[in-house]
Amino acid sequence: MTTQIFIKNGRIIDTSQNLDLIGDLLISNGLIEWIKNTQSKVSISKNCEVIDASNLIVCPGFIDLHSHLREPGYEDKETIATGTLAAARGGFTSICAMPNTNPVMDTMATIDYVKRKAQEIGHIKVFPIGCVTKGRLGKDMTNLFELADAGAIAFSDDGNPISDSNIMRQALTYLLDTNLPIIDHCEDYSLAQNGVMNEGWVSTLLGLKGVSAVGEENMVARNIRLAELTGGNLHIAHISTAGSLNLIKQAKENNIPITCEVTPHHLTLNEESVLGINGSNVLKIYTHKYDTRTKVNPPLRSRLDVEAMVNGLETGIIDIIATDHAPHTQVDKQCTYDQAAFGISNFETALGSVLALVENGQVNLSTIINSMTYAPAQILNSKLGTLSKGASADVTIFDPKAEWVVDSDNFTSKGKNTPLAGTTLKGKVLATLVNGTFAYRDKKKLPTIDAH
Amino acid sequence: MENIEKATIETKINTNKPNMITNTSNHLLDLDDLSTGDIETIFSSTNAMKEILNRDIKKVPALRGKSIVTLFYEPSTRTRASFEQAGKILSADVINITNKSSSVEKGESLYNTVKTIEAMGVDIIIIRHPHSGAPYLIARNVKASVINAGDGSHAHPTQALLDMYTIINHFGSLKGLKIVIVGDILYSRVARSNIIGLTKMGAEVVICGPHTLLPTELLNNHSLLPIITPFNSVRVETNIEHAMADADVVMALRIQLERQSTNHLPSLREYSYRFQINKERLNLAKPNVLVMHPGPMNEGVEISSDVAHGPKSVIEEQVSNGVAIRMAALYWLSSPKRLEA
Repeated sequence: MTTQIFIKNGRIIDTSQNLDLIGDLLISNGLIEWIKNTQSKVSISKNCEVIDASNLIVCPGFIDLHSHLREPGYEDKETIATGTLAAARGGFTSICAMPNTNPVMDTMATIDYVKRKAQEIGHIKVFPIGCVTKGRLGKDMTNLFELADAGAIAFSDDGNPISDSNIMRQALTYLLDTNLPIIDHCEDYSLAQNGVMNEGWVSTLLGLKGVSAVGEENMVARNIRLAELTGGNLHIAHISTAGSLNLIKQAKENNIPITCEVTPHHLTLNEESVLGINGSNVLKIYTHKYDTRTKVNPPLRSRLDVEAMVNGLETGIIDIIATDHAPHTQVDKQCTYDQAAFGISNFETALGSVLALVENGQVNLSTIINSMTYAPAQILNSKLGTLSKGASADVTIFDPKAEWVVDSDNFTSKGKNTPLAGTTLKGKVLATLVNGTFAYRDKKKLPTIDAH
Repeated sequence: MENIEKATIETKINTNKPNMITNTSNHLLDLDDLSTGDIETIFSSTNAMKEILNRDIKKVPALRGKSIVTLFYEPSTRTRASFEQAGKILSADVINITNKSSSVEKGESLYNTVKTIEAMGVDIIIIRHPHSGAPYLIARNVKASVINAGDGSHAHPTQALLDMYTIINHFGSLKGLKIVIVGDILYSRVARSNIIGLTKMGAEVVICGPHTLLPTELLNNHSLLPIITPFNSVRVETNIEHAMADADVVMALRIQLERQSTNHLPSLREYSYRFQINKERLNLAKPNVLVMHPGPMNEGVEISSDVAHGPKSVIEEQVSNGVAIRMAALYWLSSPKRLEA
């Protein structure tokens, strides 16, 4: 018997096919059957589930190239079960899990564990990322091909840069036989100097140790040179500075094949969040200063950097949006700014945050959707991120106009750590389908309706 | 500028968190929280406190029945002792806790330590901590009043108050005085609080030191700053002789030995060579110049011994004013009028 889901009258945006139309989408047996505009005559099976997507956006399920599921090892921060459900609520159907677990994902066994656990209890598709070096220590390469065979979709020592230039060169070269990217967290440790926030006027006022933008840019520049030298497949994680953007722009103009990502928070928040406010009122009384929920690596940067990130996304210099979802416990954040863990719990607010850029007229909706669907799929050489006929039915339905107040206590993620708590976002995911099955659905707002 | 404004998305942090206090009026965290009126109020009660200190029997019942905890995570002589004495003279019960003698040694978090202290019914917590912002964490999470007795490189409001008070005692006012702060401005909580307080009260502040110890981000990019900070009105002078010219007050800051190992300085010897406050340099200042130092001093490094103990030095006066200022600060925090306001 055929299982069908009919999503009707939505605004369907699929950048893989240059589609943006009001139309209907039919899913059959977990695969995309067709997309038709609303005028077309359609025939659907009798027991088909019908969903009215009027005034809603229907697009390929979001793909997150950069997230932390914390399992194995840090299950008090997040588990594969809670992380994947949180991701589903955020509209993600596929996520790549960074290997800074405990033990780290530098062997077939750990990659296999994450993969199997995700298949058993995960709510969406999980693709593990293997370590580039053993123990994530930056010294000796892991058995990269073995990890690839076990299911690693990319390689990274995330959280740590690959500081040694020769190891980076060798790894990029060694992987030339594959199409698997190395994702590098760009940070020059000798310049970063254990800083905890962006180096700038806010860090100076607050007496916090700053991380210079040049610390990131040095490593981006080195990596670009190595990508050019080796022809290797390099993806630069979470860029945050205008300088990094310029380097990548130049590299792309010179046809050096690199890609990069930006996080929702580096597109929308700046260093002034550490003051507990956004601008204007520094001399007034407030105790929100040193809000540890704003502590993230790379740090929230200056206004000018945020502006550059937004322009970079709209102009296509930045390829994708990745969340860097980094859940932490309350204890990890309920301490001084110096002691607090780096990271923001991002799955459930990612879409709402970046849609503000559309609302402000800074970025096109299709750019946002492309950067969360088709573009990351391209980087992974994956067949996901599309609604073309026969593709697996990974679909996200969201209401771009729905306003909601972020209440982190209600997050599905174990990580309640977000500086957005209490803010109002516009844009909410109502359903996420993985292989044609609901991984998340807001049944109140998206009920099954009578077919006729 | 319009574009910059647009790029920043309005966020209202913490509106739904009950444990986040917006009204800090029952804390003393930094001088940016105080109005000039607040500062003048504290100074006028400091005069009264000084009178008490000159009595034979140094005890008044102002804070009788109040309990105060000093919670020090860093070594301190004058700040801790002067807070304790201030509290005792005002008849408060004072408990001293240091990280070496408490559950902190067993790994207890700052948050849990202060919640424990709060549960014992304490009225005022006086905290010193090596991490900037630690007093704000506490103020967010306890009902007691919090006094910042020095947090990391951030602020040391009672030190700045006593420095300002000491200057006013000699000149009558801070308005128009040229005050030169010399040394490690970048990492100094004393410098930060003094810059805020002194500029607020109308003094002209000059900061002097090697470029590596100056807050260049604030000083070089004025046009990029979206807001006015106290640093905007500060003048920078890296030549000590120029800085000293016509100074009314020169304040030497302690040079931390670790600045050498972190490559901010080639050596302490070179620092002294370029920036030590010595007799020759002091002669460039006004004849009635005051020499100040928040202590503890490295005599022979940032200040020569003869200047530190010479006729222009008010360093010991700073210490005695420290007790009076801290009495005034404690009194100000617990005064009923203030709570009503």
